[in-house]
Amino acid sequence: MSRETALVTADWVEQNLDNDQIVLVEVDEDTTAYDKGHIKGAIKLDWTTDLQDQVRRDFVNKQQFEALLSGRGVGNDHTVVLYGGNNNWFAAYAYWYFKLYGHEDVKLLDGGRKKWELDSRELTEELPNRAATQYTAQEQDHSLRAFRDEVVAAIGAQNLVDVRSPDEYAGRLLAPAHLPQEQAQRAGHIPTASSVPWSKAANDDGTFKSDDELTEIYTEAGVDWDKDTIAYCRIGERSSHTWFVLKELLGQQNVKNYDGSWTEYGSLVGVPVALGDERGEA
Amino acid sequence: MGCGAVVGGRSLDGVDVTKEAIIQGQVLRSGEPVENAYVRLLDSTGEFTAEVPTDDAGQFRFFAGDGRWTLRTLAPKAETTDRQVVAQVGSVAEVDISV
Repeated sequence: MSRETALVTADWVEQNLDNDQIVLVEVDEDTTAYDKGHIKGAIKLDWTTDLQDQVRRDFVNKQQFEALLSGRGVGNDHTVVLYGGNNNWFAAYAYWYFKLYGHEDVKLLDGGRKKWELDSRELTEELPNRAATQYTAQEQDHSLRAFRDEVVAAIGAQNLVDVRSPDEYAGRLLAPAHLPQEQAQRAGHIPTASSVPWSKAANDDGTFKSDDELTEIYTEAGVDWDKDTIAYCRIGERSSHTWFVLKELLGQQNVKNYDGSWTEYGSLVGVPVALGDERGEA
Repeated sequence: MGCGAVVGGRSLDGVDVTKEAIIQGQVLRSGEPVENAYVRLLDSTGEFTAEVPTDDAGQFRFFAGDGRWTLRTLAPKAETTDRQVVAQVGSVAEVDISV
């Protein structure tokens, strides 16, 4: 993977608005954003209802994902171009999710919805009409997904990258600052994790920084490029953004996203937690 | 209007303001609300902490912590503007931003 295959520009999307082989998909934290206007032809995926099991804390299963994409008119041979608000957090999460279920051709719109809006590009409330497909998903690719036991085992052994804000890392905040702070779990970070806020990878307009800049940022933060890496945040969406940078833009092998992230880890009984700005001991 | 709400600001109904350090306000262009602006919250070192798009009324809100913060505002066809603000748990810092 590389920038050329994983990322497209707003200009490219505008030039391909009428290309039937390309399916634009909007995914937002604010699930009503799409309804107030979206890129022409784009379908919506709701990360809370479409992509999450509604009883257990887990993703929809293979059959549910197949039914979802079939019903929305996404075929196995379509190029899926994802975009969304929050600097593409949830679009990157969906990108990772599509990869998890083996979709071949997935891309991210650089800068997402913000760049599109700041450029004053056109949005529409018109809903697309796509014919249903027979979508076939693969079994989940767990080489992309980290679970809690391997996260605990990775302390002091692999790169753990905490992509939350510095205050969340240190334990001074429990959630991003646009959300209320009352939470059940303990504050802090996984010992030995380096702090590289996801935002370091993005420009103010939401586009990704250059490969050289990105490499320097993670190297300076202490990421050992010879080791496997697990990225985490609070619920796994911001860490998808960093997973995308490390795996898809920089081509690093063996990068996993820990979607349980801090809301799981910070609630586990008996695991070590580090407080403050230092990484902590294994 | 709920207890602690600020006249002119977004309603604080359902928010326990005694436990939050709230920064909120409105983005305006020639006195009119700007609904598709992006407000970024930067910490005292200039590090990004959070970002929200403004709503239909041009309003935004953050749940920050005690200390000095910077609000960086991006809007279509406007220069990026920075505003300093001090937040404190139990109070609401109200900031209007002109672009």
